[in-house]
Amino acid sequence: MKQSMYTVTSNRPLARDVYGMKLAGDTSAITAPGQFVNIRLDGLFLRRPLSVCDWEADSLTLIYKVVGQGTARLSAMMPGEVLDLLTGLGNGYDMSVSGQAPLLLGGGVGVPPLYGLCRRLVAEGKRPIAVLGFNSREDVFYAEEFAALGVPVTVTTADGSEGVPGFVTDALPEAGDYTHFYTCGPEPMLRAVYRATVTDGQFSFEERMGCGFGACMGCSCHTVTGNKRICKEGPVLRKGEILWQK
Amino acid sequence: MAEMKPQTAGRDTSVTLSGLTLDNPVIPASGTFGYGYEFAELYDINCLGSFSFKGTTKEPRFGNPTPRIADCTAGMINSVGLQNPGLDRVIREELPRLRTCFHKPVIANVCGFSFEEYAEVAAALDKEEQVGLLEINVSCPNVHGGGMGFGICPDTAAEVTRRVKAVTRKPVYIKLSPNVTDIVSIARACEAAGADGISMINTLLGMRIDLRTRKPTVANRMGGFSGPAILPVALRMVYQVYEAVHIPIIGMGGVSSARDVMEMMLAGATAVEVGAANLVNPYAARDIVEELPAVMAQYGIQSLQKIIGGAHHG
Ligand SMILES: Cc1cc2nc3c(=O)[nH]c(=O)nc-3n(C[C@H](O)[C@H](O)[C@H](O)COP(=O)(O)OP(=O)(O)OC[C@H]3O[C@@H](n4cnc5c(N)ncnc54)[C@H](O)[C@@H]3O)c2cc1C
Ligand SMILES: Cc1cc2nc3c(=O)[nH]c(=O)nc-3n(C[C@H](O)[C@H](O)[C@H](O)COP(=O)(O)O)c2cc1C
Ligand code: FES
Repeated sequence: MKQSMYTVTSNRPLARDVYGMKLAGDTSAITAPGQFVNIRLDGLFLRRPLSVCDWEADSLTLIYKVVGQGTARLSAMMPGEVLDLLTGLGNGYDMSVSGQAPLLLGGGVGVPPLYGLCRRLVAEGKRPIAVLGFNSREDVFYAEEFAALGVPVTVTTADGSEGVPGFVTDALPEAGDYTHFYTCGPEPMLRAVYRATVTDGQFSFEERMGCGFGACMGCSCHTVTGNKRICKEGPVLRKGEILWQK
Repeated sequence: MAEMKPQTAGRDTSVTLSGLTLDNPVIPASGTFGYGYEFAELYDINCLGSFSFKGTTKEPRFGNPTPRIADCTAGMINSVGLQNPGLDRVIREELPRLRTCFHKPVIANVCGFSFEEYAEVAAALDKEEQVGLLEINVSCPNVHGGGMGFGICPDTAAEVTRRVKAVTRKPVYIKLSPNVTDIVSIARACEAAGADGISMINTLLGMRIDLRTRKPTVANRMGGFSGPAILPVALRMVYQVYEAVHIPIIGMGGVSSARDVMEMMLAGATAVEVGAANLVNPYAARDIVEELPAVMAQYGIQSLQKIIGGAHHG
């Protein structure tokens, strides 16, 4: 983990209520795709967590949906403004077990961390397959960016206005066509993915956070291997350790 | 024109709690600093006066369902529910690991759901070499007393104090809940029962409601409110208790700067804990330690120990 200051270099709408922000600054603490940052915002007490979509040696990209005060404030930021971030939070995805044809299943603003993962898998010579789920065509983002990595991309929309009608689980490749899966999205989607997939895989979870770095016990969950902090031993859990609550 | 630099050298920040001398009065508060490891990755936590580790119960506890956290104006609500690995694992795993990153006496925060549990946990932690002081959190519900908090009436708070004092040798500080009608009478009862000091305040019971779901934001509906917003309440209570007891006070509630530390000490605190501030700025406690000499110089203070209770004199 590292705390430092980042300068906004761009901040633009990508889809309905969804923005992409690029920041310049020290990314040395980021060690794996699927990790997140925790952002301090003027006037708000707690930081707000966002997944790292992608990063380079001195810049990072975040994609966020405006759902409340913090994300609304973020969306109003202009290039040149400065943000205080904690970076390198959480475990991130384990790429070493991907196999040759990993499946990436993203839902809504769960799509961003899969992009950084996808780019790194491609760089390692893997052949990922992406299935990206949204509510409606106005919500779709980053399908072209995945395609530009040379990856087969299927878009699904719940209302059928673009791509395959339905959910990501309605557009899964045949069993045997993927070697492992990586997923991030709303919890109902994660549950559906858990049931519909035939290989081992990794799930990125969300929980309301106090600190984001393991100090407050605000984000705990039960797993097969004991209690874990989503911010520290997560947000990524292996399929075999998940214990669904309720 | 050259800026006037106040003289910071030679300022004495040390304070003494019941015979335990700290290099400075800054102590991260229980539940906001874990066992120190996460912070030790960022800075040498030996710069702190001490720290109070997460509240320990006899059995391991998962705590309350999530969400457990809500953001507030100048503060936060938590309903963690005393998640901790339980007494045995704290002694076998956490304390040995804590020793590798913190070399000063540490404060053991003790919780219980019965008088017997308080005594058992306190007795065991009292024997741990690195524990310098016991902080007994009486905000827990009494499972044999209809779930009423031990800390909400003078008799039960005094009884916890007596039971713990009977089985321990290290200084025992009773950590009071502010969610009471008369905190002064509870502090007095603890003093009369043999407490070596008072630690105050714990979080204020509060809640938030999510406009989207129209439900309480935390799953437990209510939780403990803390952070900068509660500083005035905490100061007032420390001030009142200082007038009523003759034992030292560890003051806390909303402290997030060296100036807040000095206000707490002027109200009557001998040392000061920093809670929620650590969660938003992981360097908060270290920053306060570093700011202290300059703020002392600014107000012409040579020795922090000498300002304790200063707001009461004259
Ligand atoms: C590890 C992690 C990674 C995340 N990555 C992303 C990301 O890449 N992109 C993105 O858009 N969002 C992401 N989120 C969710 C994001 O943190 C929340 O949407 C954000 O904190 C809301 O802040 P706010 O101040 O705008 O909303 P608030 O004012 O706090 O809340 C407004 C509304 O949003 C809802 N809300 C608040 N927090 C969350 C949450 N954590 N999850 C779901 N709903 C919430 C509340 O129910 C409320 O109704 C992530 C969350 C976590 C824990
Ligand atoms: C996330 C969190 C967990 C806490 N856990 C404990 C605990 O285990 N035992 C305890 O005595 N107090 C606990 N507290 C209370 C703090 O130690 C402190 O008394 C209170 O938060 C007021 O200080 P602050 O305003 O600086 O946060 C907790 C507070 C927070 C925010
Ligand atoms: S958010 Fe504080 S421990 Fe995870």
